[in-house]
Amino acid sequence: MARIGVFICHCGENIGRTVNCAEVAETLGTLPGVVHAQDYKYMCSDPGQALIRQAINEKQLDGVMVAACSPHMHEKTFRRACASEGLNPFLCEMANIREHCSWIHEHRERATEKAIDLARFIVEKIKRNQPLETIRIPVTRRALVIGGGIAGIQAALDIADGGAEVVLVEKEPSIGGHMSQLSETFPTLDCSQCILTPRMVEVYQHPNIKLMSYSEVEEVSGYIGNFSVKIRRKARSINEDLCNGCGACPKVCIVKKIPSEFDAGLGKRTAIYVPFPQAVPNTPVIDRVNCAHFKAKAKGIKKEACGKCKEECSRGAIDFEQVDSFVTEKVGAIVVATGFQLYTIDKDQPEGLAGYGEYGYGTIPDVIDGLQFERLASASGPTGGKMLRPSDGKEPKRIVFLQCVGSRDRAKGIEYCSKICCMYVAKHTMLYRHKVHDGQATVFYMDIRAGGKGYEEFVRRAIEEDGARYVRGRVSRIYREGEVLKLQAFDTLSGEPMLVEADMVVLATAMRAQPGIEQLAQKLSASYDGHGFLNEAHPKLRPVETNTAGVYLAGACQSPRDIPDSVAMASATAAKVLGLFSKEMLEREPTVARVDPALCTGCFHCERVCAYGAVEHKEIRDRKGNLIKVVAEVNAGVCQGCGTCQATCPSKSVELQGFTDEQIFAEINALAV
Amino acid sequence: MTSAESHATNHHHETLAHRLERITGSPVLACYQCGKCSAGCPMAAETQLRPHDVMRLAATDRLDDLLANESIWLCLTCETCSSRCPNRCDPARVIDALRELALERAPRPIAAFHRSFLGQVERNGRMFELGLILQYKLRTGELFKDATAGPAMLTRGKLKLVPHAIGGVAEVRRIFAACRAAGKEAEA
Amino acid sequence: MRIAYYPGCSLHATSREFDESLRAIAGRLELELVEIDDWSCCGATSAHATDHLLSVALPARNLALAEAQGHDAVLAPCAACYNRLASARHEVAASPEMAEQVARVLERPFGNRVQVRNAVEVLRERAAAIKSAVATPLTGLKVACYYGCLLVRPPDVCAFDDPEQPTSMEEVVRATGAEPVVWNRRLDCCGGAFSLARTASVVRLGREILADARRADANAIVVACPMCQSNLDFRQRAMLERGEEQMPILFLSELVGLAFGVASSALGLGRHFIDTSSVVRRLTPTPTAAAPKEVA
Repeated sequence: MARIGVFICHCGENIGRTVNCAEVAETLGTLPGVVHAQDYKYMCSDPGQALIRQAINEKQLDGVMVAACSPHMHEKTFRRACASEGLNPFLCEMANIREHCSWIHEHRERATEKAIDLARFIVEKIKRNQPLETIRIPVTRRALVIGGGIAGIQAALDIADGGAEVVLVEKEPSIGGHMSQLSETFPTLDCSQCILTPRMVEVYQHPNIKLMSYSEVEEVSGYIGNFSVKIRRKARSINEDLCNGCGACPKVCIVKKIPSEFDAGLGKRTAIYVPFPQAVPNTPVIDRVNCAHFKAKAKGIKKEACGKCKEECSRGAIDFEQVDSFVTEKVGAIVVATGFQLYTIDKDQPEGLAGYGEYGYGTIPDVIDGLQFERLASASGPTGGKMLRPSDGKEPKRIVFLQCVGSRDRAKGIEYCSKICCMYVAKHTMLYRHKVHDGQATVFYMDIRAGGKGYEEFVRRAIEEDGARYVRGRVSRIYREGEVLKLQAFDTLSGEPMLVEADMVVLATAMRAQPGIEQLAQKLSASYDGHGFLNEAHPKLRPVETNTAGVYLAGACQSPRDIPDSVAMASATAAKVLGLFSKEMLEREPTVARVDPALCTGCFHCERVCAYGAVEHKEIRDRKGNLIKVVAEVNAGVCQGCGTCQATCPSKSVELQGFTDEQIFAEINALAV
Repeated sequence: MTSAESHATNHHHETLAHRLERITGSPVLACYQCGKCSAGCPMAAETQLRPHDVMRLAATDRLDDLLANESIWLCLTCETCSSRCPNRCDPARVIDALRELALERAPRPIAAFHRSFLGQVERNGRMFELGLILQYKLRTGELFKDATAGPAMLTRGKLKLVPHAIGGVAEVRRIFAACRAAGKEAEA
Repeated sequence: MRIAYYPGCSLHATSREFDESLRAIAGRLELELVEIDDWSCCGATSAHATDHLLSVALPARNLALAEAQGHDAVLAPCAACYNRLASARHEVAASPEMAEQVARVLERPFGNRVQVRNAVEVLRERAAAIKSAVATPLTGLKVACYYGCLLVRPPDVCAFDDPEQPTSMEEVVRATGAEPVVWNRRLDCCGGAFSLARTASVVRLGREILADARRADANAIVVACPMCQSNLDFRQRAMLERGEEQMPILFLSELVGLAFGVASSALGLGRHFIDTSSVVRRLTPTPTAAAPKEVA
């Protein structure tokens, strides 16, 4: 016969005002199986918990029911109290008579009746509870960081400094991301590369970080603490062990006019190239699409075309025969830090987006975006930091900046705000003024969002000290008349239409998730929203985790954000990862599904409905080794305890521990009495 | 009667924004006053209220101010505003809806034009241009405007002297009558 | 190809040239234009500015007629008529409420099955046929293609080309051998229905259009809308400063007709207010081309 102790909490006035707790305790005390029943003002307090421990001891309780607030509040508290007296914590359950009863009803008698019912069916459940043990799984103390921008770099450094190994995978030939393309950063106007490159070098030299540049994640399998990741090392055509970064090969390359990705299409590079002088690693890569040697090979021309770089290399590091290679890394946690791409106004768009025909669909040469402006302003850029416009290389005396291009534009398919543009446009007006003293910057905006530390002051400085003219209104159309750009605009604050002339126009285009993020997310079982931004586990309280255990987020891949926020988020992610790694074994709640292999028929409906990929195949063999059947087996490390398999299984062979059919039906039947 | 019922049956408590949303299907309250519509409006140089002003007055329940202003009659329905609005607010359609509410308050030449045009269509089934011009001149008193154009149009064969009613003119007249009746019903 | 033909009120009167020139070139393009029997006015601007239901019902009657007369598509050359017919079709398809209202007001069955097309898209589809039928290529003629408003807006209704950077008219112009110029006022409104009621607006807007076409070195402006043609042609004198050269305003079908070698008189060029002979003079007959056929 069960020996259950029942404790009814008043929670001060929260429950006591509406529910007659003494009556509940008294009624429950009469139930078969209940050997102890009492009510008390604050069960979660020390004395309250002491009552539980005392009762367990004195009355040899084999089950405890606390009728009080929501289990989300204090289930752990009471279970710890039971465990400290030697009672298995999973024999302790709570009945919620606060959120589910006293807080939503007013009628004292009926609320009390309901509280009795709520408590009663939990008691019936407890009678069928089994003691459960915490599940422990081993953890591989290595992290994979996908993406080598500022967020990935920060996360990698923090995890590595915390004593764990990191594999950092970056798809471009160099780490650094978009921050390396910037000229100066707000609100301090620090030179971007000056503050970034020391970190990049630190990553390269860190004993705990294994950097895999020009590489991509190919496949992911496993679960938290135990991932196996297959990584594609793309062929640079350079033997990294032999190359010493002397820089001779790009100088002799015969293909010179390829639009440079690093310069956002404004500058040119060679087919064998290092993306920028401070690249880490400082190893060139051959662009096989444009390289003369590879183009000839692709056409089937037998005679070897061009080998100038190979001839020039004193170390024999150039290897045309190199192919993509694959490595498999075992890691315990994965951090996604893939960053962002910019929306373009081109006519050709992915589904769901539209371009800006009214601004020329990207065909007007002097209408550029923010990243291109950064390259013009940057000392290492295509114009050596001189403000010269793309069409004719002349210095623009009038630059117009447009905010919210793509962002906050439902008609174009992007309803969100990209957060950083108000700040970087103000910054751009200041950079422009510092370079062209008699230049006039005009900014067309709808709102100014400058919520960070020193941000509002920064924007005011652009307006009040650096002469930027801010006009509130969105531009209807941009066209070119000869050498001059014309914008049809409207000043909504003064109520006047404007036809504005400009020598150059800079569009603050929206931040979007990287291309191919959907495929990567699916490999990781991480969910993403309609725009490709990865989903956090909880928007308020769990911003750096995903719903997939062991997969974490850092930086703009989750939503538009600036550098300080990306760095903060990356450090937070690192803390989560190091927390995971701090234990030898990973502890998990045992309320996971379990298959009874005797009953399982191997239909695998459960596998099909499991959102977490927790169902595995297990072979049942006889003593001679012959295969009898293949049954389902739940990986306790991955199972999230959602119960979908239990609801689906036609043979009732899989059940959630702590929530078996027997337990749940007992609760239902208790109510039906 | 619940508030939902009262809302459904009693349109007089409806705000102008909701009324316009109901009539036109366009999201008047989505307008965040960016001004892009007014920036591209070809009549912005001649109107007091530009498209974004119309949307603002609509959103703030100022029907009388809208109807009292001739600006809504100066809209060319070129649809530039509606095709560029980031929130698909369709100012052109909203302006049409406002015009429908107050033909009697239109500036005289424009009201005269529309009345003359539709008068011709109702009478003949098609628009008889000479009749349109004559009726318009009579309504506006601009008897001598474009006086030389008449003969010039005639010699070029661009004007028919005699109207020609179509076979189904009775059907067209009944369409006009039915629409007028439907309009009265909606207002009641 | 047989297609229902909806000339609209202006093509029988002030824009007769548009009708004449279209009929003159139709034969060579294997287009049989079957005028809708007993069609009525679409309501144009005046209906939609004063009575929304009327503005849908009047076009719907014509679509219903086209349906009853066995057609699955109707060509409405007048851009305003095109816009009204297409908008009615679009709204009835999108709104069951409107469909119901229209059904009550119309006295004939209406299944909304007829496609609505304009002259520019129909000609663009036949660009290759136009090119091969050209007898006198318009080489050296620089033409500014003027779309105006109602051919391309609203974009959901007029979905045949890009609403900000359309290319249909330019394709047709290139097929005739003429050179379309790059200019900025292609989609700007001419002042539409304000020709009578607010002429000053039309003059103001027209001036900008002409000035930009001149800046782009155009010899002529080509249009596909009777209102645009009327505003820029009939009202052009008021837009010109002393000494400014006149700019011929041609319908796209007239341009194609000239390239086909059709006589100017058959195209209605004599009806224009702005002299078009400067364009006609540029025709360069190709020696090897067969004599242009007379169109019945």
